[in-house]
Amino acid sequence: MKRFLLGSSGVLALAASMPLVFQNEYFFFAGYVVLQLIVLATAWNILGGYAGYVNFGSGAFFAVGAYTAVALYKAFALPLGLQILAGAAAAGLLGFGVGMLTLRLRGIFFSIATIAVAIVLETVVLNWHYVGGAKGLPTLRPTETPFFASHTVYLFFVMAVIAVIAVGAARYVETSWIGRGLRAIRDNEGAAECSGVPTLKLKLGAATLSGALMGAAGAPYAQYLSFIEPTSAFSLNHAVNALAMPIIGGMGHWIGPVIGAVLLGTVQQVVTVTISSEINVLVVGVLLVVFVVAAPEGILGLFRRFFPRKK
Amino acid sequence: MPQVAHPAFLVLGAYATYLLAGYGVDPVLAGLLLTPVFFVFGLGVYQFYYSTFEGRGSDQGLRGIAFFFGVAFIVQVGLILAFGVDQRLVDASYIGTSVEIGEMRIPKRMLVAFGVALALTGSLALYLSRTFTGRAIKAVAQDEGALRLMGANPVRIKRWAFGIATATCALAGALLIIIGPVDPNLDRLYIGRTFCVVVLAGLGSMSGTLVAGLILGIAESIVLTSAGTAWAPAVAFGILLVVLGVRPAGLFGR
Amino acid sequence: MNLILEIRNLSKQFGGFAALSGVSIGVARGERFGLIGPNGSGKTTLINCVSGVLANDSGSIRFDGREISKLPAYQRTRRGIARSFQIPRPFASMSVLENLLVPLEYVSNGKIEEAHDILRQIGLADKAATQSNQLSQVELRKLELARAMAARPQLLISDEAMAGLSGNEVSEVLEILFKLNAAGITIIMIEHIMQAVMKFSQRIVCLDAGRIICEGTPDSIVQDPGVQRAYLGA
Repeated sequence: MKRFLLGSSGVLALAASMPLVFQNEYFFFAGYVVLQLIVLATAWNILGGYAGYVNFGSGAFFAVGAYTAVALYKAFALPLGLQILAGAAAAGLLGFGVGMLTLRLRGIFFSIATIAVAIVLETVVLNWHYVGGAKGLPTLRPTETPFFASHTVYLFFVMAVIAVIAVGAARYVETSWIGRGLRAIRDNEGAAECSGVPTLKLKLGAATLSGALMGAAGAPYAQYLSFIEPTSAFSLNHAVNALAMPIIGGMGHWIGPVIGAVLLGTVQQVVTVTISSEINVLVVGVLLVVFVVAAPEGILGLFRRFFPRKK
Repeated sequence: MPQVAHPAFLVLGAYATYLLAGYGVDPVLAGLLLTPVFFVFGLGVYQFYYSTFEGRGSDQGLRGIAFFFGVAFIVQVGLILAFGVDQRLVDASYIGTSVEIGEMRIPKRMLVAFGVALALTGSLALYLSRTFTGRAIKAVAQDEGALRLMGANPVRIKRWAFGIATATCALAGALLIIIGPVDPNLDRLYIGRTFCVVVLAGLGSMSGTLVAGLILGIAESIVLTSAGTAWAPAVAFGILLVVLGVRPAGLFGR
Repeated sequence: MNLILEIRNLSKQFGGFAALSGVSIGVARGERFGLIGPNGSGKTTLINCVSGVLANDSGSIRFDGREISKLPAYQRTRRGIARSFQIPRPFASMSVLENLLVPLEYVSNGKIEEAHDILRQIGLADKAATQSNQLSQVELRKLELARAMAARPQLLISDEAMAGLSGNEVSEVLEILFKLNAAGITIIMIEHIMQAVMKFSQRIVCLDAGRIICEGTPDSIVQDPGVQRAYLGA
């Protein structure tokens, strides 16, 4: 635990000192995306990797966070910190609802239901004119950001904080008694329940936490783009990334989604700039299938295979 | 089997029909011609799925879902790369003309699609209930062990079923592009429609499927006319959610 | 008689099919109780209702003097009802030892030494670090029992723990169950292997089509014409 705290404060200090090293605004623009992917992948892994419930609707949680923030900003001009909390709360509530679905639905039916949730919500937002409906809504960035070189740098730092919190939360869940219970649920829910694991409570908790973290990742989205519209906020890419990165990185350990997100996120940024964004999406899909087939334990599994721990 | 790529194959079928129609082939004929190709393709996909997941018996749940999800995604993005996001159409003598019966004008393309779809569903139902393989397909869903005792190989049966399901996508895809323009993002909508109908009907019920299809169709057109096109995508998924939440066995299931 | 489990008038329907109708059973503390009946007679449904995997439609289940039929399964486990599954359900991604840590953590707050103790008792000590999907059939059955034991049950329900095992393996598992009973645990055994259940049980109930058709000592059960009819279909 001490090492982890030390490590995460190191990461934050590093993030804060980045502006001293990099002058190029683009670095922070791209870095923000990678950090956001870390949060999404980590959050997905809490429900998907640990408990085995495959969420196809990550985009919905992300967008709920984003739109909650936008609506509150438009109505009360809430500051970003409160927007993030509110976005996380709203998406956490949605997560709780999705957790209730796990009461009856397993496997593919649960996954399809999460797509359904995403599309129904997207349709609602498309028809919600207060936040711009289908046309979208431009959002103003605050003109001044004290202590930071620019607003992008500020958002980069905010996302770094969220990422550290997300990874810390996932690590806590994994290493505490909760983690073993969730793994028992994934392996065999009936046997878990009969071994004294309160499966429903754990699933609800995992789904709520997972949703809240995705919502937190989405909350600053409108400020980051200075614009929000439903198609990109609800984009299937969020769902695919959130699912592909833990699977590629390795689902068993909290570092897996981080590795997957950093690696894939960086590749994506490079491909988007050098080739095209469609190819980059294709790359994720192909890598997902290749890993699922050839390296089911992800990069972590490969690593362990080639460097077995000595006993 | 967690087959979520089915709707993607459907859209793939529509685009394949589009390609053939470019050479002046009638769309329905094109769909029929594509059926064997898709059948073999389906056999291949299942074989691959089997040898990597089911056969190994390793945590097929999560990774199997991710696999098909990935395949669907690749098909979708592949189509976008190949054809762009624009809508595509086909042309045939019965497209754009209509039959008048009294006051009603019914577009011929709808009649053609309706007829072919009915014939397809009918022959599938006959196949499943009358032939040995057909019955075995129904049985494999319920009890693999019993089937094995009867001397049938469940893996072969499933591969065959997967082939037929994929082959159906070819013809259904042809119908899809006959009734209206097609774009690569359509498969997401059809995930909703497909699963909505299947879940509504209760898994494995053929007659239920017809009724459920009708219910969904009517519900969609009611919403379309009363609330506007913007709400249409939510209909199938909304019904799906409600049914899953309230009665997971389906309206016609036991 | 001091009853640890008291089932009264228990009924369970699946759709129109009555899996259990009006079943009443009392199991005494420390008893070795056998439950037999042909396939589909409701044995597994009955213990699913007792362990909380299924909810009963009507009737009452009292455990240790308290009504439990509305409790979720995990709380029944915490009160002292543990079970094994007919088809072994190991936590496949975990080692044998970790399988036991789940109930230890969630039910009894026991230490890891306790898990090692149980594994020694049951004869799986050398497999503690093995991943549970690498086990043989008999080892899986033992793991089922070991995991149930880790919940420190007062009542252990063994659901066909011996089906498909060889003669030697059957006596091995029987011996384990006798030992657990001697340590004060009440045991309900559901079994198709007649020799085993006859040898083990002090009292036997035979179910057929969701009803109790006969109840008594092993000797009297064998003589019962109703049981013979149910089994031989004559």
